[in-house]
Amino acid sequence: MTDRTVHVSVPTLTRVEGEGAMHVTVRGGVVENVQLEIYEPPRYFEAFLRGRDRAEPVDITARICGICPVAYQMSACHAIESISDAVPGGTIRELRRLLYCGEWIESHVLHMAFLHAPDFVGVDSGIEIAQQHPELMTEVLHLKKTGNQIMEVIGGRPIHPVNVKLGGFYRAPTADELYALLPDLERAHAGALALLKWVATFDFPEIPADVRAATDYVSLRHESEYPFNEGRMVSDRGLDVSIPEFGERIDEFHVEHSTSLHSVLTTPGEPDRMYQTGPLARWMNCADLVPGSIRALADEVGVARVETNPFRSILIRGLETMYAIEEAQRIINEYVRPDEPFVDVPLAAGTGHGCTEAPRGSLYHRYEVDEAGTIADAVIVPPTSQNQPAIEADLFDFVSTHLDLDDETLGRRCEHVIRNYDPCISCSTHFLRFTIDRG
Amino acid sequence: MEHDAIAAVDWPDNHRPSLAVWKFASCDGCQLSLLDCEDELLAVAEAIAISYFPEATTAMVDGPYDVSLVEGSITTPHDVERIHEIREQSRLVVTIGACATAGGIQALRNGRDVAGFTSIVYAHPEYITTLDTSTPIADHVHVDLELRGCPIDRTQLLRTLAALLNRQVLRLPTTSVCTECKARGTACVMVAHGTPCLGPVTMAGCNALCPSYDRGCYGCFGPMESTNIPALRHRFEMLGVDDEGFDRLLHTFNTGAFEEVDAT
Repeated sequence: MTDRTVHVSVPTLTRVEGEGAMHVTVRGGVVENVQLEIYEPPRYFEAFLRGRDRAEPVDITARICGICPVAYQMSACHAIESISDAVPGGTIRELRRLLYCGEWIESHVLHMAFLHAPDFVGVDSGIEIAQQHPELMTEVLHLKKTGNQIMEVIGGRPIHPVNVKLGGFYRAPTADELYALLPDLERAHAGALALLKWVATFDFPEIPADVRAATDYVSLRHESEYPFNEGRMVSDRGLDVSIPEFGERIDEFHVEHSTSLHSVLTTPGEPDRMYQTGPLARWMNCADLVPGSIRALADEVGVARVETNPFRSILIRGLETMYAIEEAQRIINEYVRPDEPFVDVPLAAGTGHGCTEAPRGSLYHRYEVDEAGTIADAVIVPPTSQNQPAIEADLFDFVSTHLDLDDETLGRRCEHVIRNYDPCISCSTHFLRFTIDRG
Repeated sequence: MEHDAIAAVDWPDNHRPSLAVWKFASCDGCQLSLLDCEDELLAVAEAIAISYFPEATTAMVDGPYDVSLVEGSITTPHDVERIHEIREQSRLVVTIGACATAGGIQALRNGRDVAGFTSIVYAHPEYITTLDTSTPIADHVHVDLELRGCPIDRTQLLRTLAALLNRQVLRLPTTSVCTECKARGTACVMVAHGTPCLGPVTMAGCNALCPSYDRGCYGCFGPMESTNIPALRHRFEMLGVDDEGFDRLLHTFNTGAFEEVDAT
């Protein structure tokens, strides 16, 4: 071991939502420490939600994330409605699922084609992929646009939709407005299939065989549907709890290198467990709930019932995109405009929990509301803070097994490892700086 | 700086302007609007050299840049320095969205106990470095054009890029959301349904989206040019919304900008 310290700097992590930094310490050929740094300029949502009206988190928390605002709106609605035992059912429930389909399509396709695929293809951006595969990318852009159009018709706009409120919507779309989406959905179905088949041709790096031992895979599971809004929180290791119980089991902690909080799963009498949420976990826990058409497609592209390789998460995103398109078609075909676009959510004091499936993982909200409807306390646990320990563990494994790479290549490959999780650090971060200290 | 007009730029024929996209405290939604221009994205990438846009590309070209789009507000000491560096490297600085033009929702910290806020959110407040304020970009450097909105309107963004490319003067609306309701034929939600609406004091630009969904405007585009806040406050009172409710609505995504016009 020498005293020489090597510093390599990749000034900004690219093709993720937001910016962060990574620091690796290597001593005597052994990786001592890996830190994903998130330099979030704090935005204090949980602090200034205190004193606001219970109707406001729907719009306010959407502003945490421009790429998954629907997830924030849905988790906020379910949490606060639960205090009043209000359960929007029937068509309102279907419209919420349809809105979520739009967000999954848009977000998954953005990540697959523009943020993640360039790593496999070896180019800098999705725009370069468009130059290589113009026909495919024309269809991919149409597919992404179709996701946005669903959100536009139901929500008014794709970024920070305006039509969501406690109990449902301000206005329910007419049947004709929804039917008008069907031709685009049909074309999008073919586009999504082409995208999935294309990404299935990628070479996927191997990962250590024991990866599953270290982490729990946690997601919602609904009794009869692939999950968006409702269900129990389950894991591959037997977790099966209600959403409020899940909230009690999350332990958030604050580490010096990050302004994003980290989360672990606690179980009484057992050591805390690292866990991850997102496509791999959803597929592992809920693949039996997708229609036969999606399972057949999984077989066709070689996706197993259990997938643990994070590099292969792009395939699950492709399958989930196909699912979201077929689910959107089903909902629209069965749609009858409801008489009332929302149900009453009577004033009630108490604490409410909500957890829904953002494209990148489970998003948990908790609100304490007083009898006047004023928020006394708010807790928000986004997917990326739950996934951060798993991302760091992956980085640790990857760096440990790739120390032969030069610093620049290692830095670039580490970015790929991080992108596997589609991290949403937009509300966090300033610089993703990669430094390696080889000691 | 004029909100409503940008003078035609003077670069030569066949110049392919370079574009940089920067992020400060924000949600990423406004820069995402550029990637949401699915029909135009490839044409834009051909006509404009995307030189720095980390959300979309790993390739990075050093400045100077012809146009910098700046998203987000200034909330850390480091960002104060960074925005000056960006200004020095940029021929035109265009701020995009309510965070950049008004400080965003995070400006709700201004004038409040930020240390207390930090201790609510973070277990170790000593790890956090932040300013006591969230301020718009124009409080720190000269800004050539502001695109309002939370988020910005995609069409306005495209019109801005087209005007820059074609060296045309760009005019953006300065009137209220009310004019857009009239133009598209939406019945006034306040008059017809008694729904409280910030439209009369809010800058047009969204094509009166909320009223078209039977909802009152909640002020995403910030104050219009000459507002009459007291009159609207009185109207809200008649609709059963007290001062506290009115202030709460005013003080969300454009709290800084509405505070300024409310005070005058």
